[in-house]
Amino acid sequence: MQLSKSKRITTLLATATCTLLNAGVQAQETKSENDWQFDTAILYYGETDRVSLLEGVVSATKDFGDQRVLNTKLVIDTLTGASATGAVSQPYAQTFSRPSGDGQYTTSPNELPLDDTFKDTRVQLSANWTQPIYKDTRVNLGANISREYDYLSVGTSVSAERDFYNKNTTALFGLSYQFDSIDPVGGRPIGLSTMVVDEGQFGAGGAGEDAFEAAFDQTRITDTDDKSTIDALFGLTQVINRRMLVQLNYSYSTSSGYLNDPYKLLSLVNNNGETQSILHENRPDSRAKHSVYAQTKYAFDNAVADVSYRFATDDWDITSHTIDSKLRYNLSESDYIQPHFRYYQQSEADFYRPYLNDIDALPAFASADYRLGEMTAITVGLKYGHKMNNGHEWGVRAEYYQQDPKNAGFENIGVLANQDLYPSVKAFILQFSYSF
Amino acid sequence: MNIIKIKTSKNHTKNLISVFFIITAMQLGGCANLGVQPWERDLLAKDEMALNADAVDIGLDEHIYFSKEGTSGGRSFAGGGCGCN
Repeated sequence: MQLSKSKRITTLLATATCTLLNAGVQAQETKSENDWQFDTAILYYGETDRVSLLEGVVSATKDFGDQRVLNTKLVIDTLTGASATGAVSQPYAQTFSRPSGDGQYTTSPNELPLDDTFKDTRVQLSANWTQPIYKDTRVNLGANISREYDYLSVGTSVSAERDFYNKNTTALFGLSYQFDSIDPVGGRPIGLSTMVVDEGQFGAGGAGEDAFEAAFDQTRITDTDDKSTIDALFGLTQVINRRMLVQLNYSYSTSSGYLNDPYKLLSLVNNNGETQSILHENRPDSRAKHSVYAQTKYAFDNAVADVSYRFATDDWDITSHTIDSKLRYNLSESDYIQPHFRYYQQSEADFYRPYLNDIDALPAFASADYRLGEMTAITVGLKYGHKMNNGHEWGVRAEYYQQDPKNAGFENIGVLANQDLYPSVKAFILQFSYSF
Repeated sequence: MNIIKIKTSKNHTKNLISVFFIITAMQLGGCANLGVQPWERDLLAKDEMALNADAVDIGLDEHIYFSKEGTSGGRSFAGGGCGCN
């Protein structure tokens, strides 16, 4: 009798402590039952001379006991500023039509063409429910919706996880489906069509405007388009010893549909590197990605190290390596600092071209989006966190992020030899968070 | 003067994958002695030892990197999500 009672207590204790370890929302700080745990943050992201972003997050988690946990999250962000179009800079001024077809913008000689019309607000809502279904087995159900002016994304996910070997091993299998609908300003440009720019060739007055509009509409498709993404995720978490655990994930993701960025352009240049016309990019309509992700956490007496590595490859020929490391060092019972370092490296997509040459036949697919080109990126940051006497916690995080696009072996012909086709992007990140 | 694309060798990637899987297999081979008893979870049970500690920070970072880089996901579902520029 006594033995079975103590055994039951041991099992209960094991269940309680293990709950904290499981990946997923139940790893959030658990307070007493029926209490909501709120994690909030506001983040500023600013690039030098380019995009700036302000993003707010409210995440609310409620533990209903018996490993049943609800997490809901609201994210609102607002984006303003200029984004690289993909067109190359030239030793002379260049004029582009705005994506909507209303008006133009001009870039100075030797200046990278940036479209400064971006202004968007996004609202995202997500919810996740964790439910035990059988001994040591839980199911997570998730749903999310994200809305911005020209974009709607809805998705759902389901995953099951099961503990083995005294809860030292946890296996997870999950599937998610995401449906995105895109309705770009001014319609979707036809892939590799020539941007229509009013340089006086349409004549003056109302008739000229009508002629421009008619020519502009020839390059556009006005109804919305969509893409579907299915992800499969296999995960294994293993406790190594009292101080260390590791996670290993394999994920497969397949997207199909409209995968272009409707605002990205390509320069079509002559043999002397001089722009003859501007084309709209065209990407394949499907993409399959594989990734392997390994993470380990190690508890020192006064610190926790968190190191992860991700290898990803896809049928666009982009291969990437990411190393991310954090060291949380406890200064006292209530204060900590956490340095962060991240290194990222990717190879270019097989259809990436910094520009097209007009003596060559047009390829089926081409994009000059630097995010599909070869690049490296580093992030260095520092976070300071403080737990107050009432149990509330605040933190402030400052990070520097720099992307260095590289020339993946393309020749800089003619006047392009004197242009910076691969400029670095430098961004500063500041975040304040509060949990209660 | 065509655009000449000099493909750099991607063999090193294959080598890295092989090394990664060998290391993983070696680690799994030692699984028999891995793990702890329930009463040895004092350190593992700490909030900061959760694999997704700082979940809000992770979510914000993943949004930034999703928008700025050619690869996303790995830690969890890559999904779709935004027309981020």
